[in-house]
Amino acid sequence: MLLLLFSFLILLGSAALALCLSGNPRRAQDAAAYGAVAAAAVGLVPALNSVFTGSTETFAAAWPVPLGSLSFSLDPLAALFLLPVFVLSAFSAVYGCGYLAGSSKPLGRAAAAFNLLAAAMMLVFTAANAVLFMLGWELMAASSFLLVLFDHEKEQARRAAFIYLAAGGTGALMLLAAFCLLGAGAGTLDFASFSPLSGAAAGAAFLLALCGFGLKAGFIPLHVWLPEAHPAAPSHVSAVMSGVMIKTGVYGIIRIMGFLHPWQEWWGWTLIAVGAVSCLLGALFALAQHELKRVLAYSSIENVGIIMMALGLGVAAQVYGSPALAALAFSGALLHVLNHSLFKGLLFMGAGSVLHGAGTAELEALGGLGRRMPRTALLFLVGSAAACALPPLNGFAGEFLIYIASFRGLNSAGPLALAGVLTGLSLAAAGALAAAAFTRAAGTAFLGEPRAVRAADAHESSPLMTAPMFCLALLCLAAGLGSPLMVGPLSAAAAAALGSAEAEVYAAVPLIYVSAAGLILAAVGLIAAAKRGFFLHGRSPASGPTWDCGYAAPTSRIQYGASSFAQPLTDFFQPILRKIGRYPVISEYFPAKAAFSAEAQPVFYNALYTPVAVRLRELAYRFSWLQHGRLQIYIMYIIVTLIGLLLWKL
Amino acid sequence: MHTIAELIIVFIILLDLALAVTGSLSVCIRLVAAQGVVAGLLPLLASSEGPASRALVFAVVIILLKGAIFPWLLMRARDKSGAHKDVEPLITYPASIMLCLGAFIASSWLGSRLPLPKTEVAWIVPASLATIFTGFMLITTRSKAITQVLGYLVIENGIYIFGLALFVEQPMMVELAILLDVFVAVFVMGIAIFHISREFDHIDTAELSELSDWRRGEYGK
Repeated sequence: MLLLLFSFLILLGSAALALCLSGNPRRAQDAAAYGAVAAAAVGLVPALNSVFTGSTETFAAAWPVPLGSLSFSLDPLAALFLLPVFVLSAFSAVYGCGYLAGSSKPLGRAAAAFNLLAAAMMLVFTAANAVLFMLGWELMAASSFLLVLFDHEKEQARRAAFIYLAAGGTGALMLLAAFCLLGAGAGTLDFASFSPLSGAAAGAAFLLALCGFGLKAGFIPLHVWLPEAHPAAPSHVSAVMSGVMIKTGVYGIIRIMGFLHPWQEWWGWTLIAVGAVSCLLGALFALAQHELKRVLAYSSIENVGIIMMALGLGVAAQVYGSPALAALAFSGALLHVLNHSLFKGLLFMGAGSVLHGAGTAELEALGGLGRRMPRTALLFLVGSAAACALPPLNGFAGEFLIYIASFRGLNSAGPLALAGVLTGLSLAAAGALAAAAFTRAAGTAFLGEPRAVRAADAHESSPLMTAPMFCLALLCLAAGLGSPLMVGPLSAAAAAALGSAEAEVYAAVPLIYVSAAGLILAAVGLIAAAKRGFFLHGRSPASGPTWDCGYAAPTSRIQYGASSFAQPLTDFFQPILRKIGRYPVISEYFPAKAAFSAEAQPVFYNALYTPVAVRLRELAYRFSWLQHGRLQIYIMYIIVTLIGLLLWKL
Repeated sequence: MHTIAELIIVFIILLDLALAVTGSLSVCIRLVAAQGVVAGLLPLLASSEGPASRALVFAVVIILLKGAIFPWLLMRARDKSGAHKDVEPLITYPASIMLCLGAFIASSWLGSRLPLPKTEVAWIVPASLATIFTGFMLITTRSKAITQVLGYLVIENGIYIFGLALFVEQPMMVELAILLDVFVAVFVMGIAIFHISREFDHIDTAELSELSDWRRGEYGK
């Protein structure tokens, strides 16, 4: 706990230092990055210790704030979520130094907000008092809001920041209500003093927590801020926001579920439904996006959906009396939390590298970057493979556990089999769609010929940017191969937090096979490379132009574009995607010049939130007569309220 | 001694009523000053065994501030702003005096209902509440910024008397703190009124609403 406090103080101190140094942007950013790395190095020690030994450390002190206390608790669950905070914030801070170098923005302030964000997330994960938790939660929302506004001169960023702020505020209100329900009658809002609820009150607390935390976790239909905020923020911030910050929502839901025993049947089904919808639609929307970071944002929604679905399967299994299955599903969810943060951080950094090198992340303007940015291309490919859940990379391990859980659910009787079917099918379908989406994104950006001049002039990013990506890619591989080691601690953490059954040994066995196969594959690859080197010894292979099918002067416009690649799939799902576009119909033998366009729509924003917001605004304007700008009447409102309160209390 | 204190209470209530009907700005300023002076005398008369030296010092400070410095600042603000010489009420004077009387009746009822310790001077709690309400009325129904300052001063007088009713000699520290606040407020408002009138040629708060970011009918109507 002492080390954790030390790490927290390092983050705050370096943030303050960055603010003081804001006259010299470079030095300010360096200070913040050193701080983030040092904090990570210090903080990882207690976090890893808690994860692997299963120990819980607590710290409590009085706090004069009403209902509050400075109670902290580092249990395995919190430690598990702290790991990506440290890893990703350190790598992202280093990456950010390269990414923002040469920018004329107030980098000192941005770097301070970044370290503050990391500190706030630490607070969220270790707080054991609702007031303290909300303090961290709001601090996190505020600092990330500032970072989303980094490019505030762009209208898109301002809009994204506003949507983000609105979503964050709504979520915080719901969380306050949920905590009030949980802490009613206790006189303090310490997590330890929460009394178990039952019946409708428990259901209400669950729903409030699900919506409140869901607005941060960003599963559909509460995701609207996510595809706006991630592209608007600088890439290293997107990496942290998508990799770690949205996981605070997942953490919150798990934490609250721990207070709400006994669980009700419909909770599991709600979670499964929400998760299935998110992972399917998230992958589908990712397929239709035209901007690399937006693709990644929707992919985050998909992965959060997978995590929620696994949680739902676990809850259902627990309710229907199958604790072993529940432990498996919870472990899968937690493992996927870790894995997603690694590969999503890597992918967002890759997208940032593309944005930095080619000046745009619009897929239709990219192409051929594999030759111009070879390191970025390779690392992005690793991240994409992990996101598509291909073994032996880490994305596979978590999903594999969830698959096993859903298949075991099939064997049991009754509703649990249905839950298993739903989970397995959604996971498989979402996996296929995600594979298509990442093939499209990576293929369009890195293969073929450049579609625009800027992409042709792209340059490889500095080592300051590629080195963190390389480390994350290595971690992805290591986490994939080492996943059997993680299953024990994970299920122990889930058991401690959620009261599910203890570690399941057999879950690790198939993972060991997978890891072994992965190692053999890697060995085969290495041997092949060594053989090639041996055969080529002293000779250099010649390279020539690709056979162009007799077409002598190809242009880059002949290539498949991003939208044409996805068209068969997106046309099929047009009722859901509702993209707007013009399709030329060729009816003559010598067709004239034609143009094609397709644009993905923010379906939920347009069809759900905009009408509601319009209604709300109309309702609000009905009360506009209260707002007339006359000072006297405003003071009268206050006096009437005060006198009313006085009379009421008499 | 209590008879004199009760006479003062009656005088304060009469001053409240006078404030409700007075149209002249300078008379209003003098009435408020008189009320402050009289209220400042109250603790000297209310305690039975003669005033302590500390209370004496406080009373002198309060009387000096309320009787001399505030009126001087306000008169200066009035002259510099070039405002019209009347208070420009938003409601008629009869309505003002009815409101004031209503406030007095409500405060008598409220004074009997509030769970307060027994007081030695009769009517001191209702009078203090009535004074506070009169201050509120001045703030809400007069259009000039300067009358709002006067309203705050009247409220401060009411709070002072209320404090006296409760802990005859203890409230000095509290009173001093409030007084400091009001002093700063009067000071700031004096400067602000001067600047506002220089920019806009008037200190009518109703017209200042043009500065608000919200105007009726701008959207959605």
